[in-house]
This record gives sequence, structure tokens and C-alpha cells, in this order.
Amino acid sequence: MEKILMINYEKCTGCRLCELVCSVMHDGISNPARSRIKVMKWEQEGLYIPMTCQQCEDAPCMNVCPVKAISRDGDLGFVMVDYDVCIGCRTCVAVCPFGAMNYNRTDKKVFKCDLCGGDPQCVRFCEVKAIEYVKADDISIYKKKGAAERLHAAQKTASALQTAAA
Amino acid sequence: MALNRKIAYIDLTTGKIETRPIPLEVRKKFLGGRGLDAYLLYNHTKKGCDPLGPDNTLLVSGGILTATCASATARTHVMAKSPLTGLLGSANMGGFFAPELAWAGFHHLVIKGKAEKPVYLFIHDGEIEIRDAAALMGKTTTETQWAIRKELGDEDIKSMVIGPAGENLVRFANVMTGIKNSGGRTGMGAVMGSKNLKAVSVRGTMDIKIAHPVDALEFNKKFIDQITSAKVNQTQGTLGTPFIWGATNSWGGIRTRNFQYNQCEYADDIEPERIDEICEETMGPYHMTGCFGCQVHCRAQYKIPSGPYAGKYDEGPEYTSQGAFGGEPDCKSAVTVLTGNHLVDQFGMDNLETGSIISWAMELYELGILTSKETDGLDLKFGNDEALLEMVERICYRKGWLGDTLADGGIPASEKIGKKSFDYLIQVKGMSNLHSDERGTPALALNIATSSRGSDHLRSRPAIDLYHLPEEVLRKIYGNPVPYDGPLSSEHTSYEGKAWEVFWQENCYMGVDCLGICKYHTTFLGATLPNFEDWSKVIYYNTGLEMTPREIWDVAERCNNLERLFNLREGLTRDDLKKGDTLNHRYFDEPCRRGAPDVIGAHIDREKFTRMVDEFYEHHGWDENGVPTAGTLERMGLEKEPSHLI
Repeated sequence: MEKILMINYEKCTGCRLCELVCSVMHDGISNPARSRIKVMKWEQEGLYIPMTCQQCEDAPCMNVCPVKAISRDGDLGFVMVDYDVCIGCRTCVAVCPFGAMNYNRTDKKVFKCDLCGGDPQCVRFCEVKAIEYVKADDISIYKKKGAAERLHAAQKTASALQTAAA
Repeated sequence: MALNRKIAYIDLTTGKIETRPIPLEVRKKFLGGRGLDAYLLYNHTKKGCDPLGPDNTLLVSGGILTATCASATARTHVMAKSPLTGLLGSANMGGFFAPELAWAGFHHLVIKGKAEKPVYLFIHDGEIEIRDAAALMGKTTTETQWAIRKELGDEDIKSMVIGPAGENLVRFANVMTGIKNSGGRTGMGAVMGSKNLKAVSVRGTMDIKIAHPVDALEFNKKFIDQITSAKVNQTQGTLGTPFIWGATNSWGGIRTRNFQYNQCEYADDIEPERIDEICEETMGPYHMTGCFGCQVHCRAQYKIPSGPYAGKYDEGPEYTSQGAFGGEPDCKSAVTVLTGNHLVDQFGMDNLETGSIISWAMELYELGILTSKETDGLDLKFGNDEALLEMVERICYRKGWLGDTLADGGIPASEKIGKKSFDYLIQVKGMSNLHSDERGTPALALNIATSSRGSDHLRSRPAIDLYHLPEEVLRKIYGNPVPYDGPLSSEHTSYEGKAWEVFWQENCYMGVDCLGICKYHTTFLGATLPNFEDWSKVIYYNTGLEMTPREIWDVAERCNNLERLFNLREGLTRDDLKKGDTLNHRYFDEPCRRGAPDVIGAHIDREKFTRMVDEFYEHHGWDENGVPTAGTLERMGLEKEPSHLI
């Protein structure tokens, strides 16, 4: 079953534990510069948005790779880099519309989210559930439910105001 | 490796910068963070140095676990001789500064001298630059941070900065990072100001290799589950620290009108639920934020809903701001608390000291010791919200006679004001007490009286003493990692065994501060949270350093002794009301006037208190004057201090 990362940035507290555990899980090293996920911050507004790979269906990184080093994993459906083939041209970094393909100066390698082989550590450690691992076709259901809740709340407020006015 | 993070010596007078490794023997003796800072302070300052002179040494550090895969290793520690107390200066803040410092290659900074003109430090991937700060002067704490990011073109730079209060040498100016994280106490911002140091900025992308990554990751998960399963932390994560204010006030432990009452009545507007409502109204349903790697997320986000600062974004207000701008001055408006919190954050001033000292001035005004002549016409009466906020600004900019006077701190101000004003100053060792009222809780009273940085709840408070835990549970906590079979009491009004609790907590909190993690992740508010035994594992998994729980305890005790030695060298004597281990007379002489049955009428018994201090000294191996004996120093390996190992 293909699952993807669903980010609800409103819930993010900005703690960046996801960045830490990502780099420790993959490299045994603490260093956000090695993390596949990064929390973009607007601290003066209290706004934090975690950004990572969307595992695009029509993935620009995959399409643009001149040596076909990028392919899709058959089981989990994530987009991955074959380092035996990759020539390190970073065209994939340039073309990714989300900035989800990264480059590490120390290892001189591009790197991206691989869903930790089916147990994404960012999800496991995010206690507030700002990031969840869900079935790809279920995301719209969660969105619908959230929107329905907001509609209901708005309606209740409106009728309360109406009652108060009357 | 965490253990290969370096120490840098920066002389602002000469511009000389030197970096060195931290020897393993030093790590084993002092671990890092506050503990190693205490060693550095004792070794790198001369007795009697002017806290605001070039000879004072400013220490900035992360702990040994900072930025490793341990839980919530966000804390930055700052130490120097305090310009507020003349004794130990020490402040600790959350945020994201210390981890960035560690990724930039450093755990400890030793900053000496005084720059000729305003400067800031930029530390990045092993390099340290001293840069011109002329364009930053006068800016608030957040303006300064964003300006540095803009100047250097990197949004990921983290800075610890001073605001106008630090520049103006307000003796309780703090250092700040981010919106709200404050190294609040003992005037470390004034020390930075005195050195012409506006900011320390860091940016790092250097690897920290985790010794046993799989174990570290798994243990971190277990740690987090333990921490988030504690009810107290769940509440912290929803309401933030204001929840403590609500509970404490309804019980009768909030000092009100300086020290006249122990409960703030009719304060619905500043109850935690009301504050939370405002946060939700202005920031939406998910309005809690956290420090690096922390799952407690105890800090709320808000915008000031109305008044002259309407729409301004800030974080908090935490427990301390509720007391400082609510109960103590007897102001009961959420907007005042939120605005006061915002002003001190922007100015870079300790909220606790600010609210406390203004409330003291309000009592003096009520008594006629201060008149409208000294206040420059300001009607400084209790409950005058506008006067309170005006006074915050006057202190920051040293405006008017009283603003300038209070900016020098409580004891110097009392000496200038005279007329018994000192009797009303609620302080220990020159630093204001938190707004909590400890008359009904002898253990907590002993904690603030003996805390190494002056009155303070974060050095040794046995907060769990209030939970009436069964004695066997207390024995399990307080009997490890060193055995203890003396008296212990589940009764919070008792004096029995409290000296041991305070001694144990003192070592526990020193341990936490050496590791660089947050106190909400140990035996502070939650009785089930991790301490020495778990730390032994977490240190090993992350750094490879093998330390038994007992050895960590020994490090903590050693470092607490170093802080004691520093204070003694700077003039601490046991019964000195200005520099000693004692309390304002009102704790003994004025019974609580409000609150629950176990609080009303309560006061501290002077004789029992004295015996408690005696016991506390005995547990440490200190003589009756609170001086470590030769045997104790030898046991701690401190007989040759200062030993200049590093």
C-alpha cells in the first residue's frame, strides 16, 4: 500500500526534532544539514512549516536526471537515488519545485527522503502529529474532515451570534 | 563527536582568539554546561573583580549532550560574576542557540576584556569573527537578531543578544535568543553590555557523530514517551507554565502586593484558561511552541489583543510574567501581563526582577517612603497598570530618578532610598524572589535561601514536596544514586528531612545543567521523570563516555561546591541579609493572610529554619558557616582550586 507523508504545518511547534532524528537515523550523525526534512520558520510570526519530498508521481528530479540515477521504489513508492549511477550534477536539486532534493558538501552527494524504509522517524517522533504517514488516497479524506469541522464550528458561532442578536 | 566540541577563548580588548580541545579528564570532572562554566569562572576571574569591568569573564556554553540525539538539549548556559548580586551570576535559556553553537564546533566560550567599540561575534563552522555592531546599537532583542541575519544573509543564524537594557547596564538585563528565550537572571545582559558585546551569533553545519546511534534513537523515544506521559507535562504542553500560577494562586502561594498577601483575589482575567483563550483567539488552535527537540512545547504564542501594543506578536507569558505583571503589583488584566511580558522581551530585561522591584517600589510608595517627587509624578500605586508598564520602560532607559535608581538593582536602590526600604525588599543575596510565597513550605523556603545564584527556584526546589507522595516513593527518588536513610516527610509543612530533599535537588538540577537539557525533563515538576540512572545511559549512547549514576552525582556535587567556593570568595557569609543564606524577616514575622487551611497563618519558624540550614550544610560536608571543609574539598578533588586545567 503506497503511503506518503502528510504535513499539517499548523500543528508544528517548530522544535526540529524531525531534522535531528532524520540525520541520526540515516547517517548516525546529528546535523540538520543532513536532514531530509527541514522546518522553514518565520519566527517573528510564529509560523513553522516542515518541508520534505512529496514523492511526486511525475517527478521532475527523475525526469531531468541525465544518467537515470533516480527511480521509484516498487514497494513503498518513494523516489530514490542510485549512488552507483549518480554523477553528482545536482540538476535534480535545481529542478525540484519543493527544494526537497538536497546536497551535502561533506559527502558530496545529493540526498532525499526515503521514508526510512517504511517507518519514517520524523513521524515516529512527532508527538503533536504535524507529520503523519498515511495512505496516499486518504489525504483528501482528512482534509475533508478538517474542513467539515471548521464549517460546523463556523455555523455554530453564526447561530450563537444570531441568538445573541435576537 | 560531542566530545570533540571545543572551547574558545576570546579577548575583546586585544581581539585575540584561541580555540582548544576540552580534555577528557576535564569532561569527567565537570561534564560541561553550567558545571564546567563554574570551574572556568572560578579559574578565570580574580577575587573582587568589578562585574561590569573588563576583568569579569563571560562564559557561554552548551551541555555535554547539546545537539545530540538526547531529548530537549536546547539549553544555553551563561555565567559571569553578577552585577546584580556581586556573587555568582548564572542564567540558562532554551531556544536553538546552544545546538547551533555545537554544530559550529564549540561547547564553551570564554569571553574576556572589553571591546573598544560595539561589536558582535560571528561563530561559524569552527571560525570566530569579531564584527562591528555600530548599526545594531539601540535595537531591541528581536530587531538585533533579524538585522544580523540580514547583514550576513543567512536566515538560519541563531543569536544571543542584548536589548537596550543591556546596553544601558540595567543590572538585571538579560540575554535573549529568539522571541522569548531568556537567560534572565543575575544581569548577564549587563555584563555583555559592559564589554560592548551586543550579540553572539552562531551558524553550524558540522557533524556531531553519535556514539551509538541506534541505541540513542531508541532511548530518546523511550525518554520522550516517559516525559510526555507525565500529566504535568501534558498540561504544560496545553496551557504552558501559567497552569502553575492558577493552581498555586488558588492554594495561596502567590505573593501579592509585593509581600502583603499570598493570594491574588479576583484575578480571573489572568488565570491560565483566560490567557489560553487569548492565545487561541489571536493565534489559532495550535498555538504552543517549543525549544529544540522538545516534545513538551510549553510556550504559548500570542498577539496582544488590545492597548497601545495591540497586534504585537510574542511568546509566553509564562508563570513568572503572570506574577511579575499580575499578582505582585496587584494588576489583574491579561493585557497588562501580555504587554509587560512583551516589553521586557523586547528590552532584554529579567521579567521576574523587573516586576518584583517595581512591586517593592509600589509598597514603598504606599508607605510614603517614596513620594511623587521620587517617582517624577507617576502615581505608583498597586493596581495601576499604566504606571507599572511606564516604570518598565523607565527602568530600561534609566529615565527619571526612580527609573535610574531601580535599574541598579534592589540592594543599591534600597541604600539610595534609605528609610527602612530594605526591610520590604523581598530578596536573597541581592536577587529578587520569584513571586511564589514559600511561607507555608519550609523546603521551598530553604531552597530559595541557599540557592547559589541568589533567590531562585531553579537551583534546588523540591517542587514534588507539594505532592504528598508516599514516603516509600520519596525514598526511592531521594535515596538514589547515593543511599539515604535519614528522615523524609511527605508533609509539605514539615521541616523534617527537607534539607536532604533540597540537597538532592541541587545535585539533580546541576546534573541537568551540565547535560544541557531542560528541567521539565527531570525530577522537577514530575516525580516520574528521568534522572541520574537514565542520564548515565543517555550520555553513553550519545557521547560514548561511560559515567555511572554515582559519578554523575559526584560531578554535580563537585560543581555545586565550585559555585559555593566562588560565592565565598566574593563575600558570602551565612547570616548576611544581603549576601547570605537567609530570608527577609517577613518570612518569619508575618503569617500568611489568605489561602487554604494549610497556608493561612503559616510562616517560617526561625529556629527550625536555622536547624534546617545546619542540616543542609552537613549534607554537603560544609562547616557551620557554610564553608566546605578540607576533607570535603579533598573528597571532591577540589583541594587545589584554582587548578587551571583549562
